[in-house]
Amino acid sequence: MPLVKNGKVVDDPYVRILDDAAIADDTSVIVPAVRLLADAGEFVQRAGATGVLWQNDRNVSELSPHLDRLALVALVFPNFRDGRAYSQARILRERHHFRGELRATGQVLRDQFLFLLRAGFDAFEVTKFTDAAAFVETIHRYSVFYQPAGDGQAPAFRRRLSKAGTSRPIIEYLRS
Amino acid sequence: MYLYDDFDRTLVAERVDEFRDQVTRRLSGELSEDEFKPLRLMNGVYLQLHAYMLRIAIPYGTLSADQLRTLARIARRYDRNYGHFTTRQNLQFNWIKLSDLPDVMADLAQAGLHGMQTSGNCVRNITTDQWAGIAPDEIEDPRIFAEILRQHSTMHPEFSFLPRKFKIAITAAKHDRAAVRVHDIGLRLHRNGAGEVGFEVIVGGGLGRTPFVGKTIKPFLHKRDLLSYVEAILRVYNQYGRRDNIYKARIKILVHDLGIEKFAAEVDAEWQTIKDGALSIDPALIADIVARFCYPNYESLSDQPGELKRARSANPRFETWFRNSVSAHRVSGYAIVTLSLKPEGAPPGDATSEQMDEIATLADRYSFGEIRVGHEQNLVLPHVAQRDLPDLWASLDKIDLATPNIGLVSDIIACPGLDYCSLANTRSIPVAQELTRRFSNLDSQREIGRLHITISGCINACGLHHVGHDRILGVEKNGQEFYQITLGGRADEKAELGALLGPAVPYAEVADVIEDVVAAYVELRERPNELFVETVKRIGVEPFKERVYATR
Amino acid sequence: MTAPSQQKLKIHGPVIVTANRLSDGAVVYRAAIGGWTTRIEAAAVVTSAVAAKDLLTIAIADDVGAVGAYVAPVELNGGRIEPGNLRERIRLAGPTFDLPITFGI
Repeated sequence: MPLVKNGKVVDDPYVRILDDAAIADDTSVIVPAVRLLADAGEFVQRAGATGVLWQNDRNVSELSPHLDRLALVALVFPNFRDGRAYSQARILRERHHFRGELRATGQVLRDQFLFLLRAGFDAFEVTKFTDAAAFVETIHRYSVFYQPAGDGQAPAFRRRLSKAGTSRPIIEYLRS
Repeated sequence: MYLYDDFDRTLVAERVDEFRDQVTRRLSGELSEDEFKPLRLMNGVYLQLHAYMLRIAIPYGTLSADQLRTLARIARRYDRNYGHFTTRQNLQFNWIKLSDLPDVMADLAQAGLHGMQTSGNCVRNITTDQWAGIAPDEIEDPRIFAEILRQHSTMHPEFSFLPRKFKIAITAAKHDRAAVRVHDIGLRLHRNGAGEVGFEVIVGGGLGRTPFVGKTIKPFLHKRDLLSYVEAILRVYNQYGRRDNIYKARIKILVHDLGIEKFAAEVDAEWQTIKDGALSIDPALIADIVARFCYPNYESLSDQPGELKRARSANPRFETWFRNSVSAHRVSGYAIVTLSLKPEGAPPGDATSEQMDEIATLADRYSFGEIRVGHEQNLVLPHVAQRDLPDLWASLDKIDLATPNIGLVSDIIACPGLDYCSLANTRSIPVAQELTRRFSNLDSQREIGRLHITISGCINACGLHHVGHDRILGVEKNGQEFYQITLGGRADEKAELGALLGPAVPYAEVADVIEDVVAAYVELRERPNELFVETVKRIGVEPFKERVYATR
Repeated sequence: MTAPSQQKLKIHGPVIVTANRLSDGAVVYRAAIGGWTTRIEAAAVVTSAVAAKDLLTIAIADDVGAVGAYVAPVELNGGRIEPGNLRERIRLAGPTFDLPITFGI
């Protein structure tokens, strides 16, 4: 499954370890929520980056005490029609000010890229290669957004009130 | 009505391009039906029995004459020359080809029309009272906030994959013509004790398999808090609404399961974290939207001008129509005119492309170019000068749009039913047609008085069968069409569900049974203006049951 | 009639597989010679649950041709294939009332 970051398909520096196997200190690793919460001390001081895979039916605010030690949070779309992780993403970004990598996993399809981006995701385990290749083109489909989300795009009503405002191209925002 | 600016036009144009790309990828097989279906639903494209159906949003039921002409053109060019107005103020075309849809949407976009979010698990068309902005009993025009909510909920990145569809309605009048108590969120603009105007917020109402009247979650919400509060409700629903069973996935189930107090507490906890943020509505935002709402330049006219008085005394048919189809306007000298789309023998709520063009012309001439779509599947010309009523009536009469049956027994609301819809158990339209024939006599209809019959072909209640006075629901028994009849519901501020009359009745007997029910009502009512629903409330269904089932 | 997607596959007599053509939504039937046809007389008729399941599986896989495939009953009258319930009669013949005729104003 191709990983897209900054508009490009990239190699994944993270290893998923979903059981109790030992983890080398300098590995960038993604572990399931149960493991992180069972022994947060295991992950407090590591050379490698730590990420967590958080299921979509669990309250994401439980992660809040651990966020400053997490480089990555992976949220799940068990199928693309199950939109719970959009709320989780916004809560993590906008309420808890999580600044690390927010990764979309599960069934991640092209026609949801822009919603995902606006909800705060910046990394995407894309289900189909053809979709991954079309990422940049897809996210430029729209230049007008009606509502504020955590992505900083000025919603239409703000732009109307300050006619001088123009929306920033999304790809620049990704880099900043 | 609201005039699109560049931002609105750009968004719709971008949406058309995206959909064109999606259709191309579907037709080539790059997208499977499973992947495509939610995308086409979010543009209002259903697959029905015979063909695709396109549902076009008519925001808060307000259309310009140019928009109606565009709909007529699309009916002629891409469909079979007619359209169907629905109970949620939308329009449906029943014969559109998928391969034509991108072009159809491009044509619609030119007129500021689209099918966005008229289907799918997202926030649907925000509906309001068809007399919004013109009714005498209104404190403010609710369409301003309907527009603010429409923009907020359009392509909302967080709420495009909700557990299920989400319907919001808003009213600002004493008499609730928007049925806010049977919506997922109902909003009632009113004045509080301190004289401030704000919203009563009602949540968890709905019809269908498990009908509920909504509960008040917040008795008074300030205007500035509307978007943040709605956002909080949606966020709680998005996270906790059931996703394991589509029949238990609406917010009404969540509210019922948690109880209103616990649900309100969840919403409030969420709301406290966002209420003073970016969603706070400042007065400048409201003023900006109001500035793009185009209101008529009313003349200073008096009520009951000479032209009207003379026509009323000279022409009995005009007088009958005037007393039935014309309502008071908040501006003196003007009137609200309802156009009946329920002529005898016709499918309720349909209009041909010729009728649409003619209505557009009449709207330009007599109604400042504006039309409204009602929940009862009729149309409204909202700003008619009283002196123009005789001429208007003559034109409407020529094209079969002046049947004086508004609110009467033959003004039936019916869903498309098994003749069109893949969800239906039974047909609705032929039942409605037969009933309009049985009750065609206008004198009898007037004697019967106000009585609402609604017909739904399945439990999903698109014909609003839970809240008509006399409601008919199609069910299937052993491959035959049967109909359950329920009496005594209402959808307004005194909303209540009703009571079953008795065993389901076969297709061939429905019209007879309804005639018996209506005859029983006329006999049993205390006085001529005791409404059917009041009679049922007073005496219960037993007396009706006796008469109907005695000989069956 | 209960929506077919909610039906369990129970065969009580001859059945066909029907769907709607992808490009225009027209009613089509899985043809005896393979592919999709708008003519019910050319439909593949099967009489066992196993055969129906197989036919349906093939039909569903062909979702560039048609969508929403399901099993529907038919009646065989003197060798003619006819729709086996009201829903299928309506799908074949159209709504049970006249559509508006174009008239000039």
